[in-house]
Amino acid sequence: MRRKEQLGYIWYLVRRNPLTLAGLLIVLVVAAIALLAPMISPYDPDMIDWTARLEGPSRSHPFGTDEVGRDIMSRVFWGARLSVGVGLMIVGIAVSAGVLIGSVAGFSGGIGDVVIMRLMDMVLAFPSLVLAMALSAALGPNLRNAMLAIAFVRVPVYVRLVRGQALAVREREYVRAARTFGAKAAWIVRRHILPNTMTPVMVQATLDIGGAILTAAALSFLGLGAQQPTAEWGAMVSAGRRFILDQWWYASFPGAAIFVTAIGFNLFGDGLRDVLDPRQRR
Amino acid sequence: MSIGNLVIRRLSLLVLVLFGVTLITFAVSHLVPGDPARMLVGQRASEETLAKIRESLGLDLPLHIQYGRYMSGLLRLDLGTSIRTQRPVAEDLLTFFPATLELALCSIVLAVAVGIPLGVWSAVRKDTAVDHISRTYSVLGVSTPLFWLGLMALLVFYGKLGWLPGSGRINPFLAAVPRVTGFLLIDSLLSGNFAAFGDALYHLILPAFCLSFVHIGQFSRQVRSSMIEVLGQDYIRTARANGIRRRSLIYRHALRNALIPTVTVVGLSIGDLLGGAIMTETIFAWPGMGSYVVDSIGFLDFPAIMGFTVFVATGYVLINLLVDIAYLLLDPQIRGVG
Repeated sequence: MRRKEQLGYIWYLVRRNPLTLAGLLIVLVVAAIALLAPMISPYDPDMIDWTARLEGPSRSHPFGTDEVGRDIMSRVFWGARLSVGVGLMIVGIAVSAGVLIGSVAGFSGGIGDVVIMRLMDMVLAFPSLVLAMALSAALGPNLRNAMLAIAFVRVPVYVRLVRGQALAVREREYVRAARTFGAKAAWIVRRHILPNTMTPVMVQATLDIGGAILTAAALSFLGLGAQQPTAEWGAMVSAGRRFILDQWWYASFPGAAIFVTAIGFNLFGDGLRDVLDPRQRR
Repeated sequence: MSIGNLVIRRLSLLVLVLFGVTLITFAVSHLVPGDPARMLVGQRASEETLAKIRESLGLDLPLHIQYGRYMSGLLRLDLGTSIRTQRPVAEDLLTFFPATLELALCSIVLAVAVGIPLGVWSAVRKDTAVDHISRTYSVLGVSTPLFWLGLMALLVFYGKLGWLPGSGRINPFLAAVPRVTGFLLIDSLLSGNFAAFGDALYHLILPAFCLSFVHIGQFSRQVRSSMIEVLGQDYIRTARANGIRRRSLIYRHALRNALIPTVTVVGLSIGDLLGGAIMTETIFAWPGMGSYVVDSIGFLDFPAIMGFTVFVATGYVLINLLVDIAYLLLDPQIRGVG
């Protein structure tokens, strides 16, 4: 099939499943909010207004205000930038590192492969949230370190994926032929192995974005990621926690934003997997 | 693979894991600024006091010697002294562990009791409304921020409706339950205090529900897919042709085989449960290891954070080992392979 027809076919399959479509729609809306945050936010997310402290949802503040009178809706909109950006960055780091390490392991084989895979087993033999927590606590509590820690614990997933594909592709005739003609390892990896691994990696990455956003928010909630008063969803829920029984809106709206965003990415990722990777379809 | 082989492989992996995780956290935590001695005595302490405290904590020694000390302590099950509580970390963890385990076990039981029937139901009624709802639920489950779910549950069931208690393990005004095992449900029964038993159970409802929320979806999803696979096999068709009743077909013939892969999923989720317990315990002021480690994070109490991490890692590897052994025993097909 030609590239364009292939994309058309994928789009047809995505369109047929209402849940996937719903996921895509949510992702697009969240992305739009993130991009347009400066234009659509009713207030400056950091603007303090002592006259409007802890006000409930109203016309002027649809999601209410926090304890120093900042508008929660504006903060949720700006938080979309941060959370979606953080999710994409985490997955981006994990994918790049995983693809690099995985293709080296799978293509070189031998002792290097064994060592790399044992190291990956070590990371996987660990509850990922606990490891990410310990690492980001050790690195020092800030958003960048939390991102690195979360990316680190996700790397083995991609290493395994890419290595498995690399091992399979390595023995194909066209790769052997390329080697006979004196092609360099790096060229073979780039030309033959990476394209073959792209589909499963992309599916896994899409599925991971939701999880990455959730974990980053969780670390921020624990005080290990974004620090207050940053307009980050997890940190906002953490700040609103004190007020949960009387000023319910404070923690509820940022948390709901995390929930909806994660649903969007997970539904879309699930659907994409069914379309692109029919072997895993249940 | 034989059981002996499996045990040896996993235990050697455990040694590697502990070595790796302590080395990484140790190195990283000492490379970055953040002075536990300063946290302990506050901003106004003099340099001499600080130096004295560093010396008493061993913080003035070179890194490799500190690490050597830590590891040799680990061999004696000594996890160092907590900077915050000034007590041995191992002792602290053992104090808080029963509360966490009690919560985690109740959540697993709840998740299995709801998740498996839901999965079966969904498989038997594939592509009906029930199936769609249960599949959507499993996506919702993995998308829910646990800390937010906890707050919402607290707001509704404690704050608005007042049906359930919102914090702690037991009503402090009840007669104290003597600590034997540390599990309130067991200790209260041992002392014949049924009021305390009921109250402890009552306090468990909200946290256990929140902690099991994700896992219900995961289990039902796993059971659903393996049930669908099993129900399509020849022996089921033969059994059906022989006139076996539908109920017995589903539960005795199909579910037994479908549950085998579920064992792995349940086992793996125990590790996630320990991570999730951190969030749940924080929200519901549950006096377990999760609350302990969150308090330690705020204090940059590295011995405590490391101790918790080492403890959880060990537990996780051992649980997975047990799960794999169970798998070997349950599934004759993979015995002797590999």
